[in-house]
Amino acid sequence: MATNVEKDPVTGQYTTGHEWDGIKELNTPLPKWWVYVFYACTLWAIYEWVVMPAWPTADGYTKGIEGYSTRGELAKELAAVKESRKGWITRFEAASVEQIAADPELRKYAIAGGRAMFAENCAPCHGSGGAGAYGYPTLADDEWIWGGSLADVHQTIAYGVRNTNPQSRQGIMLRFGVDGLLTPDQIGQAADYVVALSKGEKGDAAGTELYAQQCAACHGESGEGMAALGAPALNNGIWLYKGGKEDLVKQITNPKHGDMPAWAERLDAATVKQLAVYVHSLGGGK
Amino acid sequence: MNSDPACGGKRKQALYEYKKVYPRKVYGTFRKLKWAAVVVLLAIWHLAPFLRWDRGPGAPDQAILIDMAGRRAYLYNIEIWPQEVYYLTGLLILAAIGLFFVTALLGRVWCGFACWQTVYTDLFVWIEELFEGDRNERMKRDGQPTSVGKLLRKAGKNVVWAAVSLLTGLAFALYFQDAYQGVRDVFTGQASKATYGFMVLFGGFCWLLAGYAREQVCIYMCPWPRFQAAMFDEDSLVVSYEGWRGEPRGHYKKGHDFAERGHCVDCRLCVHVCPTGIDIRNGSQLACIGCALCVDACNSVMDRFGLPRGLISYDSVDNMAARSKGLPPRIRLIRGRTIGYVAIMGLVGSIMLYTLLNRSTTEVNVLHERSPLYVTLSDGSIRNGYVFKVLNMVRETRSFELKLAGVEGATFSAIGLPTEQDGTRIVLPVAPDAVADFQVFVTARRDALAGKRTDLQFLLTDLETGKTIVHKTMFAGPEQ
Repeated sequence: MATNVEKDPVTGQYTTGHEWDGIKELNTPLPKWWVYVFYACTLWAIYEWVVMPAWPTADGYTKGIEGYSTRGELAKELAAVKESRKGWITRFEAASVEQIAADPELRKYAIAGGRAMFAENCAPCHGSGGAGAYGYPTLADDEWIWGGSLADVHQTIAYGVRNTNPQSRQGIMLRFGVDGLLTPDQIGQAADYVVALSKGEKGDAAGTELYAQQCAACHGESGEGMAALGAPALNNGIWLYKGGKEDLVKQITNPKHGDMPAWAERLDAATVKQLAVYVHSLGGGK
Repeated sequence: MNSDPACGGKRKQALYEYKKVYPRKVYGTFRKLKWAAVVVLLAIWHLAPFLRWDRGPGAPDQAILIDMAGRRAYLYNIEIWPQEVYYLTGLLILAAIGLFFVTALLGRVWCGFACWQTVYTDLFVWIEELFEGDRNERMKRDGQPTSVGKLLRKAGKNVVWAAVSLLTGLAFALYFQDAYQGVRDVFTGQASKATYGFMVLFGGFCWLLAGYAREQVCIYMCPWPRFQAAMFDEDSLVVSYEGWRGEPRGHYKKGHDFAERGHCVDCRLCVHVCPTGIDIRNGSQLACIGCALCVDACNSVMDRFGLPRGLISYDSVDNMAARSKGLPPRIRLIRGRTIGYVAIMGLVGSIMLYTLLNRSTTEVNVLHERSPLYVTLSDGSIRNGYVFKVLNMVRETRSFELKLAGVEGATFSAIGLPTEQDGTRIVLPVAPDAVADFQVFVTARRDALAGKRTDLQFLLTDLETGKTIVHKTMFAGPEQ
């Protein structure tokens, strides 16, 4: 116990009453406000233990009487967002893509919603804004491999390309080189012809004949393509796997084929419709 | 130990020492002026949101309204859009220079008469007097131990203070919503959390600053007293004590002849009435807010002793010097610095007025699509996408004609709108008081382009007025 409390003549303060080898210490208590804040914090901490999740237990943690969790809060917020969108979602579900695109109000909302969903789901392959990349078609131009109408775009997004979905777009180009359907010389002639075709020029007689026999069935007499088979147009400068002669020789010899998931299996119907309207708006569709 | 060099052997003076100020009631000219300022300023603050101004159907009819959700500010017939917030800068410059001007001319009239802190402190002290009496009574009661009567008086005072504070906060919130509806909502419990929140926040600070912090706000918190002296010169009006007349001071005893002693009777009334608790006889000082209540107090004492008024006066340094020598007073309002301040105010005011009168009612923003920068179409032509935004700042639907220039043979289309004249004209409808955005695709032949960048102009013509806005942008293409 402190017994020898003295008043320090210099500071006017009292000492603690303890003495260590002649050293005395001034008694400088914590400010009262600090002490009260400390008490208040202590009480608050006890309150938090009771009300909020606080202590780890062998099989988890104490939940607190409020059962609060950030995950639960998120679920509540998401439910609220879903609820607030309900009106729009039901309208999208009830309308066809054409009806959505024709209604300025629905279109505006669909394009805004589609933009967000596109960035999340489509942009990794097709590029933001549908800019496209090697092997991934550009969605902002006017060539549509599987058709550019709203209904076509919607069908492609919903069921995808060359996947296991029964309604998926299917269409395969023959392996003219690998399977020996054409000789390397013939493939070269065909490639020359297609290069000329893409520039709007006339090919030589051998190429013309080859094309008419082997290619025109799918790609069209004048290379205009056929959306039903997914055969791209060849009479323009737009290429999925580049349009130089060497690229074409490779493609004719052993064709590459891209695929795309059936988004109806992953996203809800209203979202797929919004995506279709958005993608159609990127380049104005066809 | 006593010669410890670190503390100079003695205790240092504290940076902050609080001594409660008990301002005493006072009557006189400046007190009346101050009350007038309190009434007028509070009336403006509380009543201005209730003023109406007809803007036509669909628009708010509140004369002064800041609509945060709608992103508009309304001031009578002026409607400010978010991008025009620089008018606020202009207003702040005007206010600052106005403050400098008034300070150069009249000293700290802002501090003494018009500042929030002064107005609300006056009001709160008045309420305090209602419950706890004048200075002496308050000091006496504060020195007594706690009793029921004391607690009741303090509680009553705080209840009224809190009510005034909450009303002050409410008035603030009313500038951001319909005032009539807002008041109804607040008293029926329907108001938004933001409204209640601001009432408590704003009101809480009002209660704290005017009720308890008072003069400490002026002395320790406010930056203005620290540099306002820079606006002063010898012609500025300041509250001063005429030492040459007052000294040597001393209590008046019967038989004293004022011709042989100073006129100051050392009654300390000037100290007692001071809201910041200073002694003006020590000279002009930072803590003096220039409210001139000590002038009123001293004049009443001078009258009692039959001495001339103005021992403490609201006067310029030059004027007082002149009086001390028996010269006629001189008042110089037109001086280099006042002319300068007026000139700056005039300049800023004219610029604001000019821009306000000539501001356009339409604005165009064009965003060039960056991904993809351009696309090659199947016929070899190049297409660029643009987001075209038209701001219609008028409260009626307008139609604009959009055309292109700069790229030969360019055509365009817009999502959801028909094109006319072979794709060279689109009519854009824009709703009243709104921003309309359109997705526009411009297509040009490759040989019409100058390379990676070609200058392109959008010509937007108001179909009613025929006024055309030219917006310059660029058209991207492949390297030639």
